[in-house]
Order: sequence, then structure tokens, then C-alpha cells
Amino acid sequence: MWEYTDKVQQHFLSPQNVGEVEDPSGTGDVGSLACGDALRLTLKIDANDIIVDAKFKTFGCASAIASSSVLTEMVKGMPVDEAAKITNEDIAQALGGLPKEKMHCSVMGREALEAAIADYRGLTLPKAEGEVVCECFGVTDIEIIRAIKESNLRSVEEITNFTKAGGGCGKCEDKLRVLLETTVGGKAQIVIPQMPQKKMTALQKIKKIEEVLEREVRPGLRKDGGDIELVDVDGDFVTVALRGTCKSCSKSQTTIKEYVEKKLREFVLPSLIVEENS
Amino acid sequence: MAANPNVIYMDNNATTRVAPEVVEAMMPYLTEAYGNPSSMHTFGGVVGQAIKEARGKVAALLGADPEEIVFTSCGTESDSTAILSAIRTYPEKRHIITTRVEHPAVKNLCETLETATGHKYRVTKLKVDAEGMLDMQEYEAALTEDTAIVSVMWANNETGVIFPVEEMARMARQRGILFHTDAVQAVGKIPIDLKNLDIDLLSCSGHKLHAPKGVGILYVKRGTLFVPFMVGGHQEHGRRGGTENVASIVALGRACELAMEKMEEENSRVKKLRDRLEESLLTSIPKSMLNGHKTLRLPNTANISFEYVEGEAILLHMNQHGICASSGSACTSGSLEPSHVLRAMGVPFTAAHGSIRFSLSIYNTEEEVDLVIAKMPTIIANLRKLSPFWKG
Repeated sequence: MWEYTDKVQQHFLSPQNVGEVEDPSGTGDVGSLACGDALRLTLKIDANDIIVDAKFKTFGCASAIASSSVLTEMVKGMPVDEAAKITNEDIAQALGGLPKEKMHCSVMGREALEAAIADYRGLTLPKAEGEVVCECFGVTDIEIIRAIKESNLRSVEEITNFTKAGGGCGKCEDKLRVLLETTVGGKAQIVIPQMPQKKMTALQKIKKIEEVLEREVRPGLRKDGGDIELVDVDGDFVTVALRGTCKSCSKSQTTIKEYVEKKLREFVLPSLIVEENS
Repeated sequence: MAANPNVIYMDNNATTRVAPEVVEAMMPYLTEAYGNPSSMHTFGGVVGQAIKEARGKVAALLGADPEEIVFTSCGTESDSTAILSAIRTYPEKRHIITTRVEHPAVKNLCETLETATGHKYRVTKLKVDAEGMLDMQEYEAALTEDTAIVSVMWANNETGVIFPVEEMARMARQRGILFHTDAVQAVGKIPIDLKNLDIDLLSCSGHKLHAPKGVGILYVKRGTLFVPFMVGGHQEHGRRGGTENVASIVALGRACELAMEKMEEENSRVKKLRDRLEESLLTSIPKSMLNGHKTLRLPNTANISFEYVEGEAILLHMNQHGICASSGSACTSGSLEPSHVLRAMGVPFTAAHGSIRFSLSIYNTEEEVDLVIAKMPTIIANLRKLSPFWKG
């Protein structure tokens, strides 16, 4: 159970200024259903730039509701310029503090206030552009394409790990696959060829692994000043050692799993597991 | 801190009230009967006898032999013992089958086995459908020569959905694969008869069936190769070192005895209470839905989503009326995502965040259900008035 202050409980159980002001001068919408909290803040601002009314609607936990409620109390009667200076710490303080896991609730209040003031002033905040692909987490195609390119993603699962897209209901998986294919072209299709039924001997396997390392892996690593050595093959477990710049590279684990293992699985045996010699 | 007499406790899948009969049975072992059950003198011997009796009562509830029962400290210890024993017994096998909706005691252990060994272990997590049920074809296809153990919960703690573990165990046995089930939520709520089943290992926890916290059971079918988790003295026939938690073991024995007596009531009166609560809430509150299979479910559990409101906020309003329940919302867990069980079932986020689990016990009354039925619609309606997504 969270330890909420009396002030949080009071604002949660009897929230102030619930609703939407009529014909608002500025509206701020932040958060989403996916994140578990969302806030719509509406402000009425008079000719002298004074906030004369403020109302909120919030979907979220007790601290989200309390943060919204106390925020409307704080800004009422305040000049817009002064309200624009309110920080999330101010909101949390007005509630007598929030559990640290709940600070994002006060951030949401500040963001909604910023958005509502920007709306009033006719400014556009740098909003997420593009078309929303994953509705659960509100991830756009532009964000996904950027992640695919920047992080060199090659599967829908990887996209989910990096962007959360597809991690909810999973209904956008097909869209993600299309995005992946159009972004990286044919490279996304890692087709594991049917392996011959006959089992390879240990020697054949080692030879084949060495061959694939030489042909498929080394050229790429050498380009970056690195290299790779085959240390041992024990059943499906392949032990390798990274050399040169690869050795000290912080991404060595990714190199092994995402690059070396994939190549060996593709060209030698789909059951291989590659590990770094430690 | 005194218990509030006005509490309406509907969170029995989290923990249960210790039955007064159980407290009575364990008290002598917290006071005058403090002997060590392993001692040679009669003073310790009578305590050893009490453990023996408790073991018999537990075995009777499970349809097992007393020698097949190992007392542990909790359900999590039982789960760890079972799975780690299997992989130590078959070190050459590197595959584990489990489900996406397991309790963290199994889920996190399997994930750790995967990552901490540099993926030497491969874990298949079986999918569930929208009703929380498994695809038996996927399961059959996942069973391989490399599989060391299958660990599938008997009943889900969040939704109460019951898995066909009898059939799954049979399929594993045909292929010589060990089968473990986390039956923490099932024991005491539904009849279990292990002697006729192919289940090799089963975990159970005392505090889910009106015994105190800090005691659990691992059932190990006779003939199952076993490697202990806690190594030490000869206790529990060398299967679990450490001086026995005598009072709690005696308590658990009594609780199992009571569970057998009340099994009928659990599956008739408690089920009726649950059904009435569920039907009433689903009818009186718009945009509410049941999570989990309608019938293949524990008699005491109802997991209901109220769309466009958030679980923690609902719970705190319920708390104002002394009503205790749980939620699968992100905010109650401290993580950013709602329950892994509801997500695995594909429950939309609009609903997952507003999910409330009511779990009843034999101590709940008609009056309590009436009160919850009376209070919930107002709580949900008030919160929806605040919600920017509610177009009511």
C-alpha cells in the first residue's frame, strides 16, 4: 500500500474543480490510457491574462487525481506568466509530497499546464508526429522507423523491446512487420533454410562454423578494427572470443547474440547457442 | 494493531484469515510443547508425532501418501525446489516449459535460469487465449527430448482460471518428462487426488488455505528423482534441511483437515456468493467485463474490469468502505504496465488498468456481498465522472 499524505487523500477523495470549463481559453491533454494515466486540463483566462477558472478530468490513480485537483487550486487567480513557472516539484509539495514512484503524476500535471498555456498563446508544442501504429502505447510510425534504423532492429519482437509498440494487445504486429520490411528491405527476412536430416559430425560442424565466421562475420568486424576467434564447440554451445576493438566494446554481448549467433544459426544449425569466452 | 471488525475481506487469493480452529491447534507448540521433533526424549518425540499427524492430514487432502509430503517455508520455496531439482537431476536437458501467466515464483525463476546461465536454458512460455486458456497443440509440440521439466500452475491467482494439468501431466509422463504444478491457489478450493495422476511435483502454500504465513508443502511423487534445495540436517527424510516450523506445520495439517470438511461449502455456498457478486456487478455497472474463462475457474475468484477507470483509485475508494480486494493495474504494482496475466490474455489496456480481483472465502457472508454490490456502482460512476475517456 502506498503511503499517501493526508493532503493527497483529501484531494483524491474530494477532488476540486472536476470537469471542463465552457469555451476554454486553453486546453492541455497529456498521457494516455496505455500509460495508465491521462489528464485534460481546461483554463479560462481573462483579458488581463489572469487564470479565472481551471477544471480537470483525470484517468489514473489516487496521486494522479490529487495532483490534478491541487493544480487547479494552485493556478486559479494566477497570472498566466506566473502559472507557467509552476514545476512538478511545486505540485508535489502542495500535496505534502508524493511517493517517489508516483512523481510522474506531478509531471503529468505540469505537462498539462504547459500544454494548456501553449494552446492559449497559440503556440504549438513539439508534438509527436506521424501516424499512431501501436494504439496501446501510442507509438507512431516515425518513432518506430527511427528505432529500426538507429538500433538496427530486425524483428517485431525487437521493435517491441525498444519502443513498446506491439507490447499491449498485439493487434499492430502486422503493421509493424510491414514497417520493418519497408524500412530494411529484404534484410528482415531471415529465413532459416531447411537443414539436411543427417546429423553433422563434430568436425564437420566446427569446419562449417569456422567457414561461416570467416565468410559472414569477420569482414564486418574487421571493418571496425575488431576480430573473432572460435574457442570451443560443445554440442550446440559455441564459445567465441572477441578480439581487437570488439573486445572492449560495450555492445559485445549484442554483437555475439544479434550478429554472430544469427549468422551461425542461419548458415550452420538453427539450434546453436553462441557464448563469449570469459 | 487490532483488526477492524468492519472489514469485508475479499482478497483471499492474496492471503486468508487464519482459521480459529487452526490457531487453537498450533498454540500448544508455541507454548509448552517446544521440544525438537528430532530429539530422542519423549518431550521431543510427542512433537515429532504431531508433525507426523499433520503430514497425514495434508496427504489426505491431496490424495497422496504421507511420505510424499515435504514441508517447506512457502509456495515460492516449493516452486524453486521442484524446478531446480529437476534441472539438477537431468543436467543434460536444457529446456523448460511453462506458461505466460505463471506466478512470479515460477516465472521469474525460469527467466533467471535463462539469463543467468547465458541462455544455456531455453524456456517455452505457452500462450493463453482471450479466456486465459492454453492451446494443447502448442503444448504437445513444445515437449521435446531436451525438456527437463514442465511447470504449469493448477489455477491462476489473478483470474482463477483452471488449467488441465491432469491431461498435461499425462502427456509429459508419456515422454518421460517431469511435471510440476504450482497448486497454491487450487489446494483447498477444488478436489485434488494425486495418487491417480501423473503429477510428479506439486507446490502448495499454507496461508492461502487458512493456515499462517511461512509454511508450504512440496509433494514429491514416490520414485521421483529428487535433489534438495535446502541442504542440511536429516529432516524431512533428507529432502529439506532445517528444524521444522512445528507450530505452522501442525496448523497446516489442521487447515487441510478443515479444507476437506469445507470443500463442499466452498464449491456450493462460496461459489454462489461469487456468482451473485459477479453477475450483479456486470449487470449494474456498464462497460464492465469478466476476465478469464466463465466456468473453468476457481469457485471463489472473480476478476472484473471496469473500463476507463484505474484500479488503484477504485481500491482506495473501496478501502473507504472497508472492502479489501486487489487490482491488476500498473499503479498498484509500481510498474508501468498492468498485470502480465491480463496482458497475455490480450485484455485491452482500457480494461486491464481498471481490473479488480474479488477472491472470496468460506468466511464471506450474504450481507457482505450485498454491501459490495451496493457500493461498487457509485464508486465506479464517481471515478468515471473524473475520467477524460468516459463518454457516459
